[in-house]
Amino acid sequence: MTAPPLALLAELTHRCPLRCPYCSNPTALTRPGEELDTATWSRLFVEAAELGCLQIHLSGGEPTARRDILDLVRAASEAGLYTNLITSGVLLNGTRLDALAAAGLDHVQLSVQDAEPASADRIGGYRGGHAKKLDFARLVTAAGLPLTLNAVVHRQNLDRLPAMIDLALALGAGRLEVAHVQYYGWALANRDALMPTRTQLDAATAAVEAARIAHRGRLVIDYVVPDYYATRPKSCMGGWGQRFLAVSPAGRILPCHAAESLPGFDFPDARTTTLRAAWEASEAFNRFRGTGWMPAPCQGCARAEQDWGGCRCQAFALTGDAAATDPACALSPHHALLAEALDASDRAGEGFTYREPARLPPALPVPPLG
Amino acid sequence: MSPETVPKLARGMKLREDKARAQWVVLGPERMFVPDEIALEIIRLLDGSRSLAAIADELASRYAAPREEILADITSLLDDLAAKGVVTA
Ligand code: SF4
Ligand code: SF4
Repeated sequence: MTAPPLALLAELTHRCPLRCPYCSNPTALTRPGEELDTATWSRLFVEAAELGCLQIHLSGGEPTARRDILDLVRAASEAGLYTNLITSGVLLNGTRLDALAAAGLDHVQLSVQDAEPASADRIGGYRGGHAKKLDFARLVTAAGLPLTLNAVVHRQNLDRLPAMIDLALALGAGRLEVAHVQYYGWALANRDALMPTRTQLDAATAAVEAARIAHRGRLVIDYVVPDYYATRPKSCMGGWGQRFLAVSPAGRILPCHAAESLPGFDFPDARTTTLRAAWEASEAFNRFRGTGWMPAPCQGCARAEQDWGGCRCQAFALTGDAAATDPACALSPHHALLAEALDASDRAGEGFTYREPARLPPALPVPPLG
Repeated sequence: MSPETVPKLARGMKLREDKARAQWVVLGPERMFVPDEIALEIIRLLDGSRSLAAIADELASRYAAPREEILADITSLLDDLAAKGVVTA
């Protein structure tokens, strides 16, 4: 029997007022009209809890762009799930936040783009966003909700990591997640402008280690060294289909939020399939479970059940084959691709391709005035 | 922690039944703690008004066991949970 999942990532919408160039949403964004409705999401939350999920992450896009966010938080909480809101924080005021807390929200995870306002607003592609985020963080702690600050780091903000740590402390966050950009989708298109240098990386790692000691008991810092400077891959999602499942705005049930871009898969549709059927019986979830599917050099490797061969989406993004060993592993025949990417980014500029819908909906005819 | 301390679950930590795995868990952001039977019993007594001394009284009468021994045991257990960020004073 397949062990049950621990957490569900519900990507409620791809709508977002920000335009981060490393956004983890697919480059083909789902239109609002294709999103699952309130009743379907609510059913999925109950199914997730019955399947064994303990936590739910309400994410997006920007989850509070959904007009029914209050109903969705209530549904998740009533299903018995520990409910975490992953938000950019720019759309919520104090009244709405208090309503979310009353509806059973357990935790808020707020993204920041930098510690320096002008740079943060440039990276997020949203003027005034940083100031709004700071106001929002204060509302979160005033509402008595626990706060995690999520800082996505890259070449253009990594030098200010110490300031981001100070910011987390000043805002009363109990936890800081320092996440290096993962290069697929939008981020792959911006890789040359985002890739940190070795010097930056070493300074950041040292800053995290010092801060962990200095703020023990006050601030937990989660930090993982990025793949492009590693010699062994990370265990992506704790293994494909082992701990975690995600549902996309349009209702695809996925082993990880980035998997939708993998070709040759028929991911189950949440409108017609239960989470349990998808988890236990679908070909998509079973394909990379365990170690039987692994190619050399993973096959028989002592780390096969520790890192599960790394990230399938990164393997596909870099080699064109989702079943290949993650090139982040030094034993992969494609490992040199990472060094080549580092080389290319050394010579690159700082311009971004911002996250935008590929095709904007047709413009509505503007009625004449008067 | 001292006998007068009133411990409670830390902010964001929730005790939940995990039916799928037939256990109880304390959930927090991106983390999970599975208490053993004794820890679970103590966590259930953390109501934000009981002091360590009161919890020891309760358990001593429940199990007809020596109170001072129980107080020492729960103090070290709660100190440990506090270091893990599960409870606060
Ligand atoms: S990464 Fe940026 S653009 Fe993407 S959903 Fe989050 S805040 Fe919006
Ligand atoms: S060969 Fe495969 S299993 Fe072994 S360390 Fe590399 S990625 Fe992990």
